Amino acid sequence: MHYALCLMLFMVGLYGVLVKRNLIKIIISLIIMESAVNVFIVMVGYRKDGIAPIMNKAMEADAFVRSTVDPLPQALVLTAIVIGLGVTAMTVAIAMRLYERYGTYDIKEIRKLKG
Amino acid sequence: MQIIPLFVAIPLGAAFFIPMVGRKNPRLCDMLTNITTLALFLMALSVIGKEAAVYWMGGWIPRLGVPLGINLVLDGMSIFMLVTISLISLLVTVYAIQYMDRFTSKARFYSLFLLMVAGMNGVALTGDLFNLYVFLEIASIASYALVAFGCEHEELEASFKYLVLGSVASTLILFGIAITYAMTGSLNMAQISTIIGGDLKAIHLFAVALFISGFGLKAALVPFHAWLPDAHPSAPAPISAMLSGVLIKTIGIYAMARIILNVLGLTPLISYIIMVLGTISMVVGVLLCMGQDDIKRFLAYSSISQVGYVVLGIGLGTRLGIAAALFHLINHAVFKSLLFLNSGAVEYATGTRDLNKMGGLREKLPVTGATSLIGSMSIAGIPPFSGFWSKLFIILACVQAERFGFAAWAAGVSVLTLAAFMRLQRRAFFGEPREASAAVQKVPGSMKVSMVGLAILCVVMGLLWLPQAQQTFLIPAARVLQEGLDYASYVLGM
Amino acid sequence: MVDDVVRPKGMSPIVKTVSMWVKGFILVFGIYIVLYGHLTPGGGFGGGVIIAMAFVLMTLCCGKHEALKRMPLGVAGEMDSVGALMFLVIALLGLSAGLGGTFFTNYIAKADPGTPFKLLSGGTILLSNIAIALKVATSLFLVFTLLVMLRVMYKDER
Repeated sequence: MHYALCLMLFMVGLYGVLVKRNLIKIIISLIIMESAVNVFIVMVGYRKDGIAPIMNKAMEADAFVRSTVDPLPQALVLTAIVIGLGVTAMTVAIAMRLYERYGTYDIKEIRKLKG
Repeated sequence: MQIIPLFVAIPLGAAFFIPMVGRKNPRLCDMLTNITTLALFLMALSVIGKEAAVYWMGGWIPRLGVPLGINLVLDGMSIFMLVTISLISLLVTVYAIQYMDRFTSKARFYSLFLLMVAGMNGVALTGDLFNLYVFLEIASIASYALVAFGCEHEELEASFKYLVLGSVASTLILFGIAITYAMTGSLNMAQISTIIGGDLKAIHLFAVALFISGFGLKAALVPFHAWLPDAHPSAPAPISAMLSGVLIKTIGIYAMARIILNVLGLTPLISYIIMVLGTISMVVGVLLCMGQDDIKRFLAYSSISQVGYVVLGIGLGTRLGIAAALFHLINHAVFKSLLFLNSGAVEYATGTRDLNKMGGLREKLPVTGATSLIGSMSIAGIPPFSGFWSKLFIILACVQAERFGFAAWAAGVSVLTLAAFMRLQRRAFFGEPREASAAVQKVPGSMKVSMVGLAILCVVMGLLWLPQAQQTFLIPAARVLQEGLDYASYVLGM
Repeated sequence: MVDDVVRPKGMSPIVKTVSMWVKGFILVFGIYIVLYGHLTPGGGFGGGVIIAMAFVLMTLCCGKHEALKRMPLGVAGEMDSVGALMFLVIALLGLSAGLGGTFFTNYIAKADPGTPFKLLSGGTILLSNIAIALKVATSLFLVFTLLVMLRVMYKDER
């Protein structure tokens, strides 16, 4: 049920990439798509009534492992967020240079390459 | 054994070292980069024919049969990809010494180039799904920046299109990895293949669909090919050669083959889908390339067509089919890089890429003309060049598997490719000189060296099908893919 | 739209004064998150972003000249490469036979495992976190400043 919400967010992002005409809106839709997949990965690791995967001195290792949520997807999402940040920075830099050359953000005007 | 992580560590270290010391001194950057790619090539040659080795990073060896860490796997298929990548990158960096003199910051170019090589080596070596995604992203992001390197109108527009489509592909791949993790609880490729055990339920087929879409987008299969005819022509010529020659094969075809054949298992349905996609790519690629006026756009469309051949062969799943497909992969890397470097030399000499303005370049540019003729004959499939043998064996493999329809399509596309490339040769190199052929600059020495080297390889590669060469190089690679789910036995057994 | 021609006016004096006081705390908080990365959430990535944000705050409230006075572009570029190379050297040191023999091993923790929950117990995780934070912080600062400078250059050329 929660996974369906993630899929809907992914579809919203995909719709934005396909339909929108402004470069900046395409970039924001890309970010939404990546965020949707990140949320999906974190939700995969959820365990009912689980605690956060940070141990303190009072817990024992056995009880901790039995009650914590899965920490592996959280580490994966950390990396995926940073990769998304890198791609976003590059896209924004290219979009700014495109504005410098073409004078507009509309992708229907930026169409010198045909065929 | 200890050499395995060096394949990734050496280009990564050089990529960060070169901007520190080479910002003011382009010749130093040239030297350092060429030393790095030469070292990688020698290392790749030294591991040919070795036994399969598994390297657990950080010393986290599996306990009780459960993998704990990330591993790097050096089996026949990885060795094959490493040799391809390092061979083409060595020849391209030799070419780029003098081609890139026109651009301003060579240090950044070489840094991005070495990052791309490090990413591709990582994709070829890794045995862990999420590690594959990270290295794939490193290579992709470096290539987005390299396509936009000249910062002209066309390059920025092409890079933006490539970037958006490449990001969508990476997101789809990450989604597929998340679903696979949710269903199996592990990220190690070998362990996933033992848990799934070839029994694909509906949710696994959804992950397969996501993987085919994502990796198909990276490999420019039709209908996911829309970025390639814009991105490959607009990049500088050495980058076009790298992108078309190795990048779409490593992060597209190799990753798809590894995941679908070794991890998830090739069912007849998936095999049929992959073969249909390959055939459509072949046909659409060659039909669209015949009407092009821009020499690099022509070559980009023919890349789509040849990638279709490789995917058709891999989709067959038989021993001969996969071996022929891998042979075509390395052949195409060699002659497509040669053709793109030729087009770069033509652009350097005449200043244009328009085929209608060229003609009779054979007298003015003898080395370029001769190597271009060798490359075109090779891709068109004329004996005794290498392309003939690989296309012949793909068609024979289709016939052997009793898929006569696909064999007929492959043969037909081969004839059309011959026609297209003969037309290219006639318009560009033979015939009457037109406007652009008048004032022609001389092509510098380092560019000639690369082109001649690749042309010699075109002729010599045909010898790879001889039984001795086949046993050491092609057959181990094909065996890894064909054994499919047995991949897990030697990874986890070690 | 901020109509900046050559030297920006910056924001109002209240914002400037409070930012001047707060930026030191932000920097220290970022360094804390980096150093305790093996015990609490955060680590190199998150801590590096927070350290970069201290410099970005300077740019936002007082203009890029103030931030560039404290961290010039050349220094940021060099530290970027140094951070990445440090990470690679720490990983490669594991290859030498005396320290464990595999790429990326945690040789400090194998030689001398500290008591759990203390700062010095993670081994090479601490050094890797510091290298990553250096790289991430300088990279983000460079990206932000170069995007800002690109916009200003375009306006000046018009």
